[in-house]
Amino acid sequence: MSRRWQEALGPWFVVVALFVLWEGVVIAARLPSFVLPAPTEVFATLMQFAGPITQHSLHTLMTTLVGFAFSVVGGVALGAAIGASQVAYKAVFPVLVGFNSIPKVAIVPVLIIWFGIGTVPAVITAFLISFFPIVVNVATGIATLEPELRDVLRSLGASRLDILRKVGLPRAAPYFFASLKVAITLAFVGSIISETVGSNEGVGYLMLQASSRFQIPLVFAALVVVAAMGIGMYAIFAALERRMTGWATRGMDQAAYATGH
Amino acid sequence: MRTELKYVELDNVSLTYDGGTLAVEGLTISIARGEFAAVVGPSGCGKSTLMKLITGLAPASRGNVIVAGREVAGPLKIVGMAFQNPTLLPWRTTLDNVLLPLEIVQPYKATFRRDREKHIARAEALLATVGLKGFEQRYPWQLSGGMQQRASLCRALIHEPDLLMLDEPFAALDAFTREELWAVLQDLWLQRRFTCILVTHDLREAVYLADTVHVMSARPGRVIETTTIDIPRPRTLETTFEPHFIDLVHHLRARIAQARVAA
Repeated sequence: MSRRWQEALGPWFVVVALFVLWEGVVIAARLPSFVLPAPTEVFATLMQFAGPITQHSLHTLMTTLVGFAFSVVGGVALGAAIGASQVAYKAVFPVLVGFNSIPKVAIVPVLIIWFGIGTVPAVITAFLISFFPIVVNVATGIATLEPELRDVLRSLGASRLDILRKVGLPRAAPYFFASLKVAITLAFVGSIISETVGSNEGVGYLMLQASSRFQIPLVFAALVVVAAMGIGMYAIFAALERRMTGWATRGMDQAAYATGH
Repeated sequence: MRTELKYVELDNVSLTYDGGTLAVEGLTISIARGEFAAVVGPSGCGKSTLMKLITGLAPASRGNVIVAGREVAGPLKIVGMAFQNPTLLPWRTTLDNVLLPLEIVQPYKATFRRDREKHIARAEALLATVGLKGFEQRYPWQLSGGMQQRASLCRALIHEPDLLMLDEPFAALDAFTREELWAVLQDLWLQRRFTCILVTHDLREAVYLADTVHVMSARPGRVIETTTIDIPRPRTLETTFEPHFIDLVHHLRARIAQARVAA
C-alpha cells in the first residue's frame, strides 16, 4: 500500500480498532450497559434517537459557532493590539492569563443569573474558552517580527498601521489559523459545559437529562456525536489553514507526497 | 575626497544604549553625495550602531548627525536598506517583495494601484539587471541564498533612494556567490550613483567596492582611519589579485589588528 493511502486510512483504522477494543472489554468483563455500554449499543441508540440527537446537536453547533465567531473577531482585534505594542502586551498579558486560568464551569452560574437559562450563557462560555489561544497566537505572530524587517520598513517611512497591514497580519496568519483548530474544539467544550449546567436545549442538556434517567447509552451516543462534530470542524479549519498559509509550510505537503511510493 | 558635497556627516557623535553600554563615542565621519563608503572594524565595534544613527532609527546621545543638509531627528524616510538576512516576505512572490517599498513610500504609495503596470515593468527590469529574470513569480524560499540577497538589493533600490545602507549583506553567502554579488552591486552603483554605506567584516569586499574605507576602533567605536581607494572602476575579480589591491587590504588588516589590541 502506498504511503499516501496509509496516511489516509490510518485514522479510520485507529477509530475502528478503538471500538473493537471497547466492545471486547465490555463483553469480556460483562459490564452492564448503565456502567459502560458497548459501541454496538451506542450506535443502536444513536439510530433510535437520531431525531432528538440531531436537533440538540445542531443547536449546540450553532451556539458553538456563534461564540467562536465572536472569539475570532475579538481575538484578532486584541491580539493585533497587544502584538503591535510591547507596552500593551506586558500590561494586558497577566490579566489574560489569570482570566484563562479560571475554570469556565465556575462562571456559568453567574452568567445564568445575568442572562437567564438558555443559549446566551452557552455562547458566552464558548467565546470565553476559545478566545485565549487566538489572542496569544495572533499577538505572538505580530510581536515576533524580525527587527531587521522592522528597520527596513521604518526607514521607508512606514507607519505602524503600514507595518501591521503589510507584514504583521500576514505574518501572524499561520499562527492564527493554527489557533483556530484548537479554538474551535475548545468552543465545543465551552458551550456543552454551559448547556450541562443550565440550559433546556443542546447536547449538554440532552446528556444531563439522559444520565439522570440512567440512559447511559444515550449519553455515550451524544458524546460520539460531539466528538464527530469536533473532528469535522477541526478538519475544516485544518484545510482552511493549508489553503491560506501554504507558504508557511513551504510546500512541505507536496514534498512529503513526492517521496511517497 | 569630494568634501565639498557632504551628504552624510557625523560630528563627534556618541550613543549610549539603555543598559549604559557606550556603543560609539566621539564618532566623526563624512561621506560625499554619490560616494561609496565602506565601514570596517573588529566585531562589536558599533558598525551597526552607525547604521542606526545615520538612518535615524537610534537617536544620538551627543553630537550631530546630518544627512542631506538636515539634522536627523527621527527615522529617515526613503532610505534603502539590506542586511545579512534578506528578510524577504515569504508570502509574497519575488516581484511583490520588490514592489513592497512602493506600497509604503510617498509619492508612489498614493498612486500605487493606478501605476501598477509601470511599477511592475520597472521591478522586472531591475530584477533582470541583477540576474533574476524569470524568477519574478517564485517565492523567496524557492530561491538560493544568493538569489534572495539579489532580490533584497532590488527591494532596497526600487524606490530610487538617495542613500543605500548595507549591513554585511553578503556575509552569509559562500565566497563565489559573494564575489559575484560584488560585481552586481558595483554595476548598480555605477548606473545609479546613489550614496552607499556598506558595513562589512570583509576587507577585500570593502576595497573592491568602496571609494573610501573607514576603519573603526573597538567599542566604544570611532573612526580611526579613512583610506581612499584609488583603484579605477569598473573593478573586476582580476583587480583583487593586483599588488596595489593586496597592499590596501594588507594595510587595513594591520590597522584592525591595532584597533583590536587597543581594546
